[in-house]
Amino acid sequence: MSIAEEKTAETKRGWSPLDSLQGLGATVLNFLASAGRLFRFTAQAIYHCFTPPFYPRLLLRQLIDIGYYSLPVVGMTALFTGMVLALQSYTGFSRFSAEGAVATVVVLSVTRELAPVLAGLMVAGRIGASIAAELGTMRVTEQIDALTTLSTNPFKYLVAPRLIAGTLMLPVLVLIADVIGVFGGYLVGVYKLGFAPENYLHKTWEYLTYDDVVSGLWKASAFGFIVTLMGCYNGYNSQRGAQGVGAAVTTAVVSSSILILITNYFLTQLFFAGK
Amino acid sequence: MTAQPKLELKDVTKSFGRNHVLRGVNISIEKGKSLVVIGGSGTGKSVMIKCVLGLLSPDKGSIKVDGVETAGATGKSRDELMKKFGMLFQGGALFDSLPIWENVGFGLMQGKGVSKEEARVVAIEKLRAVGLAPRVADLLPAELSGGMQKRVGLARAIAANPEIIFFDEPTTGLDPIMADVINDLIVETSKGLGATTLSITHDMASARKIADNIAMIYKGEIIWQGDAKDIDHSGNEYVDQFIKGSATGPIKMEV
Repeated sequence: MSIAEEKTAETKRGWSPLDSLQGLGATVLNFLASAGRLFRFTAQAIYHCFTPPFYPRLLLRQLIDIGYYSLPVVGMTALFTGMVLALQSYTGFSRFSAEGAVATVVVLSVTRELAPVLAGLMVAGRIGASIAAELGTMRVTEQIDALTTLSTNPFKYLVAPRLIAGTLMLPVLVLIADVIGVFGGYLVGVYKLGFAPENYLHKTWEYLTYDDVVSGLWKASAFGFIVTLMGCYNGYNSQRGAQGVGAAVTTAVVSSSILILITNYFLTQLFFAGK
Repeated sequence: MTAQPKLELKDVTKSFGRNHVLRGVNISIEKGKSLVVIGGSGTGKSVMIKCVLGLLSPDKGSIKVDGVETAGATGKSRDELMKKFGMLFQGGALFDSLPIWENVGFGLMQGKGVSKEEARVVAIEKLRAVGLAPRVADLLPAELSGGMQKRVGLARAIAANPEIIFFDEPTTGLDPIMADVINDLIVETSKGLGATTLSITHDMASARKIADNIAMIYKGEIIWQGDAKDIDHSGNEYVDQFIKGSATGPIKMEV
């Protein structure tokens, strides 16, 4: 019996409660299959990051693309986040005369949460989308197949440099974003809210610990891995021409953004639970 | 005693879910010969070639190169095998971000460890062999016409002097004159290297020009195989309908 005949036969049988159960089962199986494919892709990608041949020229290009060219967007995000945070915390804290905590709130929020999460999300939009589009186009134009026929492993040539660059460069970007974010808070605090510069800086350093900064950098590294992994995974498995590439880009950005937010919760719990 | 085939497929099957694309494909090509597999769209031609190249794994069956089983080969044995292969993709599949000479010399630099300088010399020599001037070497693929991209694809396929070359729809998307030029180049370069070739096409003019032998695939099975000069007297109504390009006959277009 052909597929068309089977469908006609199903239509004739009509709907039964078992059909919805079958639908639910199919959804669960699809989800498990997708999770399995992603897990397998991740394991393969990590393996190829550590086994030769390595492509230093390609890695350097990715380091520049992900790190250097993301600086403007991440820097702007951090600057205005720090400025808004100073304004908001001042107006909120002034209700119970705690304006003195503005500098501390700005530095802790930026280093622990806002710089890594917002940088991760901005890079997901900029880099995750670009990786998915590039690899997706390479997939549908058979360039990835061509790599294989030219004795080149696409995981080593395309995926590994991007994963390594994402994992290494996000912490660098976040460290810069920390400084810019605190500077944004300082600008508003000193020039708009009237704090004394030395007093604001003193408050900034007073409660800041090594762990606050380092935890943010570890988070950034995890987010960099997630963004580049989802970009590579969706682009590499892209199908059906231009429409498929578009879908791959959307899925890469949405899935990496959601994964960043979920991972952020668990990493925060890991770093700060019980402290 | 019969000579050992250079490439042999026996009972190769491949399905995607309920879609049985290859249903026991059997073909064999002698060393230095050219086999062209003809067939309509969706008959399994591309899947067959991808199974041979290791881009897809067949569900069942045997794929032998020089008498050695290659179905399921991975790692180093696959790497060694790929060094024997050259492939011209339907759309060229040139790397957009690399200049033409790096595209042509890519397999030499990555697969065989040839230096950049040496690869550039070989690339320019191969570009000349397909009728392209050395000045093309530093252009990007997007700066070339479709016909020129096809030539570059051919230059890349032959750059590492492969023993077996695969051609996937080599003339698709080209005007008849450019298609004939590409056909001539395929014959010239393959014979020049003494390479064995496996091509898939639905362009009969191309098949007649480049084939020593022709096989026809229909619904995932080889339904006829013979000498290229016998194609007009195959006695097979499916082949007759296909080569005449007739809408009436045993082959029904599924719409």
